[in-house]
Amino acid sequence: MTEGPVVDLETRREAVRRVVAQVPDPEIPVVTIDDLGILRDVIAEGDTLQVVITPTYSGCPAMRVIEHDIVAAVEAAGLGPVQVTLSLSPAWTTDWMSDRARQQLRAFGIAPPGPARSTTESSADTTAVATFFRHAPVTCPRCGSLRTTELAAFGSTACKSLWRCEACREPFDHFKAH
Amino acid sequence: MHSGSLAIADAPLLRYVLGRADDALVLGHRLSEWCGHGPMLEEDLALANLALDLIGQARTLYTYAGVLEGAGRDEDAYAYLRDERGYRNLLLVEQPNGDFAATIVRQFLYAAWADPYWRQMTRSADATLAAIAAKAEKELAYHLRHTGEWMIRLGDGTAESHERAQRALDNLWWLTGECADVGPGEQALIETGIAVNPAAVQDVCRDTVSRVLRDATLVLPTGGVMRSGGRLGRHSEHLGHLLTDLQYLQRTHPGATW
Repeated sequence: MTEGPVVDLETRREAVRRVVAQVPDPEIPVVTIDDLGILRDVIAEGDTLQVVITPTYSGCPAMRVIEHDIVAAVEAAGLGPVQVTLSLSPAWTTDWMSDRARQQLRAFGIAPPGPARSTTESSADTTAVATFFRHAPVTCPRCGSLRTTELAAFGSTACKSLWRCEACREPFDHFKAH
Repeated sequence: MHSGSLAIADAPLLRYVLGRADDALVLGHRLSEWCGHGPMLEEDLALANLALDLIGQARTLYTYAGVLEGAGRDEDAYAYLRDERGYRNLLLVEQPNGDFAATIVRQFLYAAWADPYWRQMTRSADATLAAIAAKAEKELAYHLRHTGEWMIRLGDGTAESHERAQRALDNLWWLTGECADVGPGEQALIETGIAVNPAAVQDVCRDTVSRVLRDATLVLPTGGVMRSGGRLGRHSEHLGHLLTDLQYLQRTHPGATW
């Protein structure tokens, strides 16, 4: 049933979902696009399959690479063709990141994000200035200390900031809550 | 071959979306001019990241403009093949970078407006604009924080940094009134819940600006007049120069791809 060129669409859809879920993020290859919440769905439209992904940041340069990697992974598994479509809504948030991804980020030396600010918070408008120069505490991914300082609000990729641990003195990346 | 400027259909929603796309592209391009020239590595990276967000927003908005116009144009056609009179961006965003203080003041003034603007837009009756806004408002919130902190550091910093920030504010403030202008055909879009009513954003924006300026020990200039015209295609001399750089390749080698 799973051999040969003709399989029914639902079987192929499930197989594609499994394959695509293993595609690593091109910039942080220890986590998959599924674990990051970038992979939203694999849907059958007529007799074609669509892999639905959501962009992280509007200008994230990894999105095009991710599209390419998805198509390549599906074709390598002999499950093609597929189309990749971008879905903007609902907007991606780091709250969708799996616990497994958070653990893997930490093991890789990246502090995982805390809870994201809610867009609908009624107080968001009036408290923005009050939050300047203040940070939710970030735990050092190496030694676990909370004595950490932000060095730069922007880091090596759009999704990260650069921090230093004052206890073990090591710099580390922080995956920003978004 | 493309020569001259694209003739764009004059439909209110298309015009509205192109204006917002132009804001993001022109400001993003300005910031990209800093790449490799920042006062320190961290801020060089920061400005490039702000640019990346803005250019990403512009791309999504231009793509939506292409859908609205239905003439088969992609994001590149709008960015590369319109002359300055076809651009509908705010005068504020096309102003030259100046020194670091001037860039920060320009960016802060834009973010103080655009952050609540996009948050309001998340409730638009237009599902695509609401979806674009849901991403943009998160990014602008971060831009506002970053530039707001710099406003306070510069204004409440040394005599030199204070003076430079104040001078930039004295120059740029008179270009902010245009944010609240309601363009031709826009009132109907506001009434149908598609476009943001500027009145709904203005109080939040003013409050942010006044709080930050207070902490920054900077003061708003007085005695000037707000200037506008960008939304109608009447720009300062700076936009044309910016576009010669931004559009050079496509204008010199029409249709070039790589």
